[in-house]
Amino acid sequence: MRFRFDGVPLSGQAGDTLAAALLANGVRILSRSFKFHRPRGVFSCGVEEPNALVQLGSGARAIPSARATITRLHEGLEAFSQSGWPRLDWDLGRAADWLLPFLAAGFYNKTFKWPGWRRYEGSVRRAAGLGRAPIDADPDGYEVRNLHCDTLVVGGGIAGLQAAMLPPGERVVLVEQDEQFGGCAAWDGSAIDGRPASSWIGAAVARLVGTADVRLLLRSTAVGFYEQGVIAVHERSLRPDGPERADGGPRLPRERLWIVRARRTVLATGAIEQPLIFCNNDRPGVVLAASARQYLRRHGVAVGRRIVLATNNDSAYATAGDLHAAGLAVIGVADSRPEVPGGCRAAMLERSIAVWPGAMPVNTRGFGVLTGVRIGVLSRTGNTLQGGFDLACDALAVSGGWSGQLQLFSQAGGRLVYADTSGALRPECEHPLVRPVGAAADDPPAGAIGRRVAPVGDTRRQWVDLRNDVTVADLELAIRENYTSVEHVKRLTTAGMSVDQGKTSQPAVIEIVARLRGCEPSSLGHPTLRPPYTPVTMGALAGAERGPLYAPARLSPLHEWHASNGAELEDYGPWRRPAHYARPGEARADALARETRAVRTRVGLFDASPLGKIELHGPDARAFLDRLYINDLSKLEPGRSRYGIMLRETGSILDDGTVTVLSPEHCLVTTTSANAARVHAWMEEWHQCEWPHLHLAITPVTEQWATIAVAGGPAREVLRRAGLDIDLSSEAFPHLAVRTAMLRGRPARIHRVSFTGELSYEVNVPAEAGIEAWQALLEAGEDAGIEPVGVEALLRLRLEKGYLHVGTDTDATTVPADVGWGGVCERKRADFVGKRSLTLPENIRADRLQLVGLAGPDGGELPIGGHLRLPGSESPTDGWITSAGRVTLGDGQPIALAMLRGGRQHYGARVSVHDLGRRTTAEVVRPPFFDVEGARLHA
Amino acid sequence: MLRLPCPHCGLRDEPEFSFGGSPQIRPPSASDGEWTRYLFERENPKGLHLERWVHSYGCGRWFNVVRDTVTHRIVAAYLMGDPAPGVPDPAGHP
Repeated sequence: MRFRFDGVPLSGQAGDTLAAALLANGVRILSRSFKFHRPRGVFSCGVEEPNALVQLGSGARAIPSARATITRLHEGLEAFSQSGWPRLDWDLGRAADWLLPFLAAGFYNKTFKWPGWRRYEGSVRRAAGLGRAPIDADPDGYEVRNLHCDTLVVGGGIAGLQAAMLPPGERVVLVEQDEQFGGCAAWDGSAIDGRPASSWIGAAVARLVGTADVRLLLRSTAVGFYEQGVIAVHERSLRPDGPERADGGPRLPRERLWIVRARRTVLATGAIEQPLIFCNNDRPGVVLAASARQYLRRHGVAVGRRIVLATNNDSAYATAGDLHAAGLAVIGVADSRPEVPGGCRAAMLERSIAVWPGAMPVNTRGFGVLTGVRIGVLSRTGNTLQGGFDLACDALAVSGGWSGQLQLFSQAGGRLVYADTSGALRPECEHPLVRPVGAAADDPPAGAIGRRVAPVGDTRRQWVDLRNDVTVADLELAIRENYTSVEHVKRLTTAGMSVDQGKTSQPAVIEIVARLRGCEPSSLGHPTLRPPYTPVTMGALAGAERGPLYAPARLSPLHEWHASNGAELEDYGPWRRPAHYARPGEARADALARETRAVRTRVGLFDASPLGKIELHGPDARAFLDRLYINDLSKLEPGRSRYGIMLRETGSILDDGTVTVLSPEHCLVTTTSANAARVHAWMEEWHQCEWPHLHLAITPVTEQWATIAVAGGPAREVLRRAGLDIDLSSEAFPHLAVRTAMLRGRPARIHRVSFTGELSYEVNVPAEAGIEAWQALLEAGEDAGIEPVGVEALLRLRLEKGYLHVGTDTDATTVPADVGWGGVCERKRADFVGKRSLTLPENIRADRLQLVGLAGPDGGELPIGGHLRLPGSESPTDGWITSAGRVTLGDGQPIALAMLRGGRQHYGARVSVHDLGRRTTAEVVRPPFFDVEGARLHA
Repeated sequence: MLRLPCPHCGLRDEPEFSFGGSPQIRPPSASDGEWTRYLFERENPKGLHLERWVHSYGCGRWFNVVRDTVTHRIVAAYLMGDPAPGVPDPAGHP
């Protein structure tokens, strides 16, 4: 198979990982380290890999920070190094290595403080080499699915396969992160019941596949344990663009996130080998011993030609034997334990491989890649050196013990404790839902361990966390700076905080911190083992909920008409609505000016269908509403409406709208368009939880009606011409009244209500009759010069009238008195939600933000969000502009609504307006800006 | 993601529900301090917690739940207005 690394054409074998193929091609340096830009090579063979992170592919399918050790090779694969500038092998960032003594833990937090981190962020992040996320939309499919089972087995090695063999009828899910089942036994040549393990594995998998109620998932990682036993499983396809379908249809999802609900979970997650720690232990050529064995046995790739092994446990001897059997020069095994078990010693003797007990590496040599190692001979106590010797080699395979993978156990609430015998965390007690088995639970899986950290050497060159470039010296600094908790040491030094989550560093961090503090490692606890266990793509988490499915837009019943008549559609809350109706070649500002003028000088037609509408039926409907609104509704007559404000219990404004009594036991309220669902939920909560004895039913009816506002002087004439059969005179049909009528043979509900300050009617017809009514009204208004107007024009017209727009002019702290409705609250005798809070000291302070109008300079502009300062103010801000626009008729003076500290005391004052470095001034005025007496409203 | 037993619809996934916090008894005549505590201060017990949920994307009904905040075990779910069945009141009320 052909592939490319940094543009260089290379070839590999099917079934290889990218790391194996690169090793086979002699590529030793794959990345530059995070802080010091030291050359790094392949260190492991699995998900724990701290060094071999590469960028895969390009364009929209690029994957940053992919681990080469688990990336399966495919024809044409393109991989790029993501650190090193200008080139991986000639990296100017290496200067950082010479500055190493200065780049201690916390260097970035302590150094880049002036004038602000933002100044440095770009170049520091570039230097760190984190890969680049693709900018283009992801072309591939993802999905989130649910799965229910009795037993979830995590890990498909021998222990996992055994755990999955349960009595018939038991629903079992077995997940394995690798391409194949069997774990190490699939390739390490071991035997089960006298037969090769591979045949046992084959039989076990065949038996499970043939069992009903058992589901096997490959390339699937259990990444997190959540409450009530939910486990997230991340499944990846072999090909980066997703598997093909047999029928040639669209490809299957590239990745899936399974939300698994299991009654019990078995963790057969195995263990990960830990490194030894000594000077320059990060050089390319230093690899984990079991990984060297896996590369050899599984992929036929040698990590070097002259190999030295170093260990503190039994497991590395199998690697030594296999490498020797493959004809490679195995120079010897340094074992930090003073006594080497007889079995290990005999196996080496048989192959004439030297074993040095009580010895461990103390330093390495090399320019770029490894060329030699110095082995130190430990004193009897292990704390000093008695001597040492140098060896030439091109690979050093190390083993510092094994760490059971118990992240899910810990996330489930299981307690872990550091075990001195294994040098890793092990379960302290049982957990009702999660049971570790196999190597994850065994203590120790590979014999008792000896010394892991070299007793001598420059600790600034002893790497603990290769991924984040954390050294023993960084841990020493943290202890000197009085960090005591291992969690806090982690946060200061960032040890274990990168994408590998410290899989090859955490046990050593605990051990070293304990030694530096002079306490037992088991007394320290451990840093939090957070999900996800391995990185999960955003795509898998989002599943199908993206693009149009992320938040489906709600459309008015008149949408078809808008879409085919030049409407510029925009999203307002959940609704997609016409912002304005553009004529060919017309700029947005011009369209806005034209539409606002049309309403003020002629008549406009506005689609108000998204206006929230809730009906309340029942003998207590009106009493119920009276408890929710600040306004006194007790005397509201059938056929009449009132503007109303409802509050949260804290006294702040929740929503506003009209309350209409249609008949003594039937009310209708309107809400702001974005808040309809919230207000309905609010009403249900109060009815069900607080006042269940009130007899009423609450029904949201927003979607049932098309609501069309006709606004402007000739509105009455337009309705009459459209064929409305009722008396529209002000005497018979005053402002804030409602009538039912017939429009073109269909029932219609007509509200006389205005959000523009003009004579205005809202015509409500059944949704399916909406377009017909809209067209009828347009036709009827033709002679009067009617024009459809969009949301932006409406918002400007209401601004001119100083009408409140809840959520724009108010926030969650605004109480009625701040916007001029304090008197109404005081006059209402009956209790209402939020009333008690209105007299809290905080809510009656004289210097609260209050809603005022601003008149800006001619020809200037008042920016929304611009901050205000009162004359002579010492405060950085005295308030801000909430809505802004221009007066419609005349000179187009800029006007605004603003929340100003103690606002109503300052009418007539000039405030300065500050916005993104620009400064202007405005006069504080009392709204409205237009038709102060409301003559048009009542015309 | 929790699964909650709606008293009307049965066991459903958490996304169908909305959390309503712990039910508070509104003090009928409260000083400013008492009222502020009623508005803003909530118990955060380790263990049993009485709370309200609403089945927003189901039947739309509010109901009570007793949940263990450590294990997320749902100890009981019962209708509004009903007493908590067989659960000792964490606040010590009778």
